[in-house]
Amino acid sequence: MKESCVTTKLLPQTGLSASARRIRGMVRRHWYLIRSSGPRTAELIFWPLVSMLMWGFLQTHLAKTTSLAAQAAGLFVGGVLLWDILVRSQLGFSVAFLEEIWSRNLGHLMMSPLRPIELIASLMLVSLMKLTVAMVPVAILAYIFFGFNLLGLGIAFAAFFANLIIMSWALGLVSTGAVLRWGLGAESIAWLIVFILLPISCVYYPVSTLPEWLQPLALALPPTYVFEGLRGLVLQQTFHGDYMLRALLLNIVYVSGALILFRALLESARRNGALVQLGE
Amino acid sequence: MLQSGARTDGAGTVLPVQVRDLRKVYGEVVAVDNVSFSLSAGSITALLGGNGAGKTTTISMLMGLVVPTSGDVRVFGVDMVRNRHAALHRLNFESPYVEIPMRLTVRQNLEIFGQLYGVADVAGRVREIADELRIGELLDRLYGKLSAGQKTRVSLAKSLLNEPELLLLDEPTASLDPDTADWVRSVIADYCRKRSATIVLASHNMAEVERLADRVIMLERGRILADETPAELIRRFGRETLEEVFLDIARRRAPDTFELLNGRE
Repeated sequence: MKESCVTTKLLPQTGLSASARRIRGMVRRHWYLIRSSGPRTAELIFWPLVSMLMWGFLQTHLAKTTSLAAQAAGLFVGGVLLWDILVRSQLGFSVAFLEEIWSRNLGHLMMSPLRPIELIASLMLVSLMKLTVAMVPVAILAYIFFGFNLLGLGIAFAAFFANLIIMSWALGLVSTGAVLRWGLGAESIAWLIVFILLPISCVYYPVSTLPEWLQPLALALPPTYVFEGLRGLVLQQTFHGDYMLRALLLNIVYVSGALILFRALLESARRNGALVQLGE
Repeated sequence: MLQSGARTDGAGTVLPVQVRDLRKVYGEVVAVDNVSFSLSAGSITALLGGNGAGKTTTISMLMGLVVPTSGDVRVFGVDMVRNRHAALHRLNFESPYVEIPMRLTVRQNLEIFGQLYGVADVAGRVREIADELRIGELLDRLYGKLSAGQKTRVSLAKSLLNEPELLLLDEPTASLDPDTADWVRSVIADYCRKRSATIVLASHNMAEVERLADRVIMLERGRILADETPAELIRRFGRETLEEVFLDIARRRAPDTFELLNGRE
């Protein structure tokens, strides 16, 4: 074979270190993006802060007027903080992908050696990064204003957090796959998909509040177990490990299904030319 | 990674691009119809044709972004339908229709693309390419704040970061002033000559094609209408410039030549 005339040295393109390098590159891109815009960072914090303050003050008011609410100090603030972990993480994932389309950069990425699984891994890390930027200040303010210490939940918090994050990634994969396949016409899925879960996953009330026919659906959603778990912890000082295990098993099913769906939608986009139209 | 089905040139080198019986159908629209060609190393080939002729679809299939309905696309012997990631680090592309992120600086963008392509010394390569393409003073400016000409130079820098052996250029001088456009053409020609790179060029600028390309593949309604050097094509049509040939084809003004060309298929 003729010798290559290429002089720029390229690192190995396969293996874990190559994947890690490309994922680092993508995370770095989004870190630069967050860092470059104060309003963008403020926007990340804005809605979780507003929700937390509203539910916190409502809870303070109810605690003065009803004995049940007085016993359940932290239930609303805890609920809204955990709910925002789910929402912010899903939006962090989906919006990071939408940024590539809005900036018409997706064509460059799809043409680069970045693998789809690396793109997904980078979106997951970016969602964690955005979540940290959004939720750390809000969690600190929840402690200052209402005395609710999220980290004080200890090991339970770790279990709640993990289950919510995995579910948010599953939702992010579905919405991202839909945008890949159907273009920006499907963008609203990215913004709305998580809110379908708000009434059904029982963030602020127990599952028994739902009509009987809706309860099986609620129990098929991992976040329901997280919020039931929070109520158990706050009201009965009991950590339900079995709830977390069930949530984890459901999450494995959801995230596996979402990965299969994402791959199928990506291949479909390659067949119908959608990737080219997205990039342009 | 050489795969079965890959063809070589006379010297035993795997051809950079081999396209065989390529066909792409969207619903009832045939975008590319039975197209076959091979490109050798160190060549500059222009894909020409009017809007909807099949240029973008063909280039997209070369990159593996679009899966053909039937046929075979191999880049450096790699099947671009099934295993495109084995070849992508050896390619790059530039198009005014695909942007680089606006709110990052030029340096940040180039370093990130360097990481994606696995350039060993990213900072050094960015300095080197900035020097070659005269964008040193732009490195710490936001890409979105640059003029059209400056953006084109930066996009070209991005496309040359990994010193690709196959470079796909979609209208590389669109919206540039004549001076900058001329300079960009010189950069492309120099790169091809020095690196023996294979370049595929889609352009509506016939003067550019005449100057750069040593081969023209003319597409119409997804089919190859002509595949020869610009000089041969001009001679065959009895014209003086490639632009006149293009207009003859677009307006179907040369029936004799059409019959001749169609008879060759």
